[in-house]
Formats: sequence, structure tokens, C-alpha cells
Amino acid sequence: MTVLDSLVVALTALRSNLLRSILTTLGIVIGVASVIILVAVGNGAAGEVNRQITALGTNMLVIFPDAMRVMGRSSAAGTALPLSEGDLNGLRDKIQGVIGISGQLDESAPVVRGNLNWTTSVSGVHGEYTFVRDWPLSEGREINAQDVRTAARVALIGQTVAKQLFPGENPLGAEVRIKNVPFQIVGVLSVKGQSAMGRDQDDLMLIPITTARNRVVGKSDVQVDQVGRIYVKLDEQTDIKTAQEEMEILLRQRRKSGPNNEDTFSVRNMAEFMRARTEVLSTLSYLLGATSAISLIVGGIGIMNIMLVSVTERTREIGLRMAVGGRKRDIMLQFLVEAVTLCLLGGLIGIALGIGIAWLVAYLASWPVAVSPAVIGGAMGAAALTGIVFGFFPARRAAGLNPIDALRSE
Amino acid sequence: MTSAAEASHGQGRPLIAAHEVEKIYRVGDQEVRALDGVTLEIEDGDFVAIMGASGSGKSTMMNLIGGLDTPTSGHLEIDGRDIGQMSSDELAALRNKTLGFVFQQFNLLPRTKALRQVMLPLLYAHPRPADMEAEARRRLEQVGLGNRVDHLPRQLSGGQQQRVAIARALVNTPKILLADEPTGALDSRTSSEIMRLFSDLNAQGITVIVVTHEPDIAEWARRRITFRDGRVISDERQLPRINEAAQ
Repeated sequence: MTVLDSLVVALTALRSNLLRSILTTLGIVIGVASVIILVAVGNGAAGEVNRQITALGTNMLVIFPDAMRVMGRSSAAGTALPLSEGDLNGLRDKIQGVIGISGQLDESAPVVRGNLNWTTSVSGVHGEYTFVRDWPLSEGREINAQDVRTAARVALIGQTVAKQLFPGENPLGAEVRIKNVPFQIVGVLSVKGQSAMGRDQDDLMLIPITTARNRVVGKSDVQVDQVGRIYVKLDEQTDIKTAQEEMEILLRQRRKSGPNNEDTFSVRNMAEFMRARTEVLSTLSYLLGATSAISLIVGGIGIMNIMLVSVTERTREIGLRMAVGGRKRDIMLQFLVEAVTLCLLGGLIGIALGIGIAWLVAYLASWPVAVSPAVIGGAMGAAALTGIVFGFFPARRAAGLNPIDALRSE
Repeated sequence: MTSAAEASHGQGRPLIAAHEVEKIYRVGDQEVRALDGVTLEIEDGDFVAIMGASGSGKSTMMNLIGGLDTPTSGHLEIDGRDIGQMSSDELAALRNKTLGFVFQQFNLLPRTKALRQVMLPLLYAHPRPADMEAEARRRLEQVGLGNRVDHLPRQLSGGQQQRVAIARALVNTPKILLADEPTGALDSRTSSEIMRLFSDLNAQGITVIVVTHEPDIAEWARRRITFRDGRVISDERQLPRINEAAQ
């Protein structure tokens, strides 16, 4: 009796109890489906986070005034000290290895061009901003130090804004208005894509930070030298951890706050921040992994149970097979193949279900997913292993039957 | 039985040779002496009826001859080999190659077509014949079911089901056909047809051993061995019932 013959017998037996077979495999289906989903979603997210880390640049720090994390700037003005031009200059002059630094002062505002308008994030920045963010232009020129000094009314726009306000046209040199102030578009940023949170990073407009303070952000909402958050780019030789500590000390000194006072700012290593998110994801993955392992074990016990029932029901058949020359190992193989077949069928259904759900997640939550052939292979392997482990005991029981008693059983 | 076949048999060693065979079962703390020193020989080509009441030991003898069980003591040689010395795999091979079983309840597999029923022993054979399907088809034709190859058991009458079982027993060209109450579940007319088939097969050279408690079934055999309390109480040759079909 070859494996193939056993497979034919197994399929016949499983088909004759179709409903029972399907119900039996449910545990395996759920186990395999959750493996597929967790790896697909986990891998997709990890891939996206890695892409983001690379896009951010590994040697970049961001300093946030703490109030920003809690609420908007205006309500937080009394509770936290905003970051200032003084802070920015201090960091540039005192910290070793700084090769680029820029503030970013955000305001959401409608941008008007002729009869078109589009509400976007208007950010006031310094001349080095695109260098610090590793964000080249696709055309035009940068905002330079001169523009910042003179509070020039010039702007760079992201690809989304370009598409919305200049459909099929070249925006270079055109004029747009923000709060009735005319700006000339001098450059267009290259495509950055979605952030890990699913935010469209190309939906923005950059203007000199001085112009933003004077003309865009309401006077009552902003101090004269406020810079919002600060992006710092370090050279490759500088240890990012050391630089981070130096920055914290410097900012504390500037704020005259003792070591016991709470900081009113936070310095974040963006790459590390992203990695922390990945770690949260992988913790989640372990949890889901445990769930699927438990499902497979419970499913396996279900398989074992039904295989024992099958052995009892087919005792006469086993006796007959022995009488016509089936050896113990032939009988054993047959029931093992049957258990494995049951598990693999469950595995196939589970894979289909898993891919379906992963796809649905990708579609509904616009969360990136990645289903790899290795994972499918692994899931099938796990299903087959479950069949072998939990099919072994019933198969051994079948093989150990006495042919005379088996033939006589009702 | 042709005289040529007669002449070729009965020479050299007997096909089945039992010497002081005992079989003791243990039921709880009680010993059941199912066979109590049986000595007998069966020649190649014979047609034997084993008779006896229930509990006489005839079924136990049948199981031993069938290689389904081994004696507690004594020797039982089948085709020159002592089954007491054989491993479980060797016994399986013996059942597969040398023996063909026919049961009272037919023991066909449900939801399996006649052709695949008959092929079953071939699947366990080593080596396998090249064309298992053709072989199975040939055997179904031999028992008169050439037009029923694709039928399921429930689509066949009792007699037809038993014929499928006989074709299955024949498919590996065994030396011995062992039938345990083969007509027990059939009416008398069908019973005669089945016994006639056994008679024909015996005429072609196969040793046939039928276990029965019905005297009119035993009439078809040429030798009648009667068991009681685990012993042979009579062993006589008889003129077999005439096989009308062969004439």
C-alpha cells in the first residue's frame, strides 16, 4: 500500500463523512488562518516601518516642545515653554556633529489659487529643512537663508498640493494665496508617500519660518521667535545617543531647570521611535502566534478524537485489510495519511481564509500586508506536523488491533 | 474433479499439516481450551468441510489455518512453513499470497466499487502486478460479475456481494480458499449457486476449506471434518454433491 493508495482511501473516507470532516478541521483552519494573518500584517507593517526609518535617515533627531503632544500650541503656551530660535542657534553652535538644523512651525490653512482651494498643512521652515529631512525637490529651487531673513513670500509645495491646485499644469512661478497673502511657488517637493500612520506626507506646503510667524500663524498664537519643533541632522561619525544627551543638557540649561524638574521638551530619535513601534508589533505577533499555536493544538486534539472514532467505526474494515495481507505498518500509514490529509485540507482552507482576511485588512484599513510563499509553506508544514503528531496515537491503535477481533466486531 | 488434477495432488508434503495443535484463550481468570490437540493434514486440491456446533473449535481452527492467529502449542504448517515461527509481517504476506478469505458477512468496504474491492489484496502485494485493474476485472468475470464492475455493494444482491468477495479472495491466485460460513447470510438457492462456484474453483485446482454448521452445505465437499470440544471427532471422505454446472 503506497502513500498514494492511502490517500485515495483517506479521501474516500473523509468524503463519506463530509460535514464531520469539515467541522473537525475547524481548529486547524483557525490556527493556520491566524498564522497567515499575523505574519502578513506583521511583515507588511514591519516592512513599512523599515522603509520609514530609511526614509527618515538614521542620524536625525527631533525635538518637540512637550505641550504639543498634549494639545494645540495656544492652550499649552502657559504650561510648556515653546522652542525658540535661541534654542535652535544654541544647538547649532554647541553640539558637535550638527550638519543641518531647521524648525518646523505648522498651521493648517486653506491655500487658494484662482477659483481652486485646498486646505493643507502650511509649515514654516528654515533653509536647511529639505536637506535635514533628506527630501529633494523634483523641480525649482529651495527656500534659502535669504528668504528666511527677509520673510519672503515664497513657497515649496508637496506633490498632493501640486495635483490639487495645478492639475496638469506646471506650478513653478505661479501665485497662491494663504489668508489673503500672496505666495510665489518656487519649487515642488519630490514624492514622499504615506507615513506609517497612513498620513499623506505629500499634502503640505513649506514657507520660510519668519513669513509663517508674521503672516500665517495668528499673532496671538505664536511668540516672536517660536520655531515649533526642531529637526537636527548629525554627521555619520557622531554617536546619536551622546548627541541626544548633550542636547537635553543644553536645553535644560537654557531653561534653567534643575535635574529634578520635569523637562518641557523631548528629544526623540525618530529611527528608535519607529523601532519601538516595531517592537510593539512583534509583541503583538508573539501573542497572535501563541493563539495560533493553541488553535493548532486544540485542532489537533479534535483530529485525534475524530480519528479514534474513525478507527472504532472502521474496525471491521481494518480487520479485513489485515486479512487480505495488510501489514501493521500499512494500517498505520493509512490512518496517519488520513489524519495528515484532514489537517492539510484544514490548512488549505485556513490559508485561503487567512489571505482573504489579510487582503480585507489591507483594503479596509489601508494597512500594508505581505503574504510570502515561505509563510504558506510553513503553515502547511505546521498543519502536516499536527496531523502526524495527533494522528499517531489513533493510527497505532488501529495497527495494534487483533485481526480476528476486528473482523468479528459489529 | 479431473483425474489429471487428482494425480498432481496428494504427492509430497500436505498443504496444511497440524500436529497436536492447542489453542488456549484466557477470558478473565478462566482458561478456555478452544483447540485441544488437533492433528490433521489437508492435501493440495482437496475440498474440505469443517463442521461442528458453535464453540466446537472449528472457527479457531479456521483462524489458525488463515494465519490470523498462532497456536498456543503444537505445530501448524501451511505450505511448508510453521506459522508459529512467523513474524506478523510474514503472516500478512502469507494471508496475502497463499490464502483467500470469504466471510459470512461478505466484509465488503462501503462506498467502494466492485472493481476496487477486488483490487484490495493486490494493493498489499509485494511486488504488485503490473495491471491490477485488468486482473481484478478478470476475476469479476470469473465469478460472473463482468458487468457489475462499477457497482457499489448496496447496489448488489447478497449473492452478488458474496461473489465480489470471492473474486477478491481469488485475485492473488491463492492456493487455499478459506470460507467461514459463506452461505450463512444467503437464501438456499443463492447458497447453492455460491457452493457451485466453490466446486468449480476447486475443480480448477484451488484447495477449498468451508466452515459450516449446515449439513447440506457440507455435502458439496469431498471430505468432512467434524469438531467437538476442541477435538476432531470424525474425519470422513464422501462423494461430493454433483456439480450440475460442470456437466
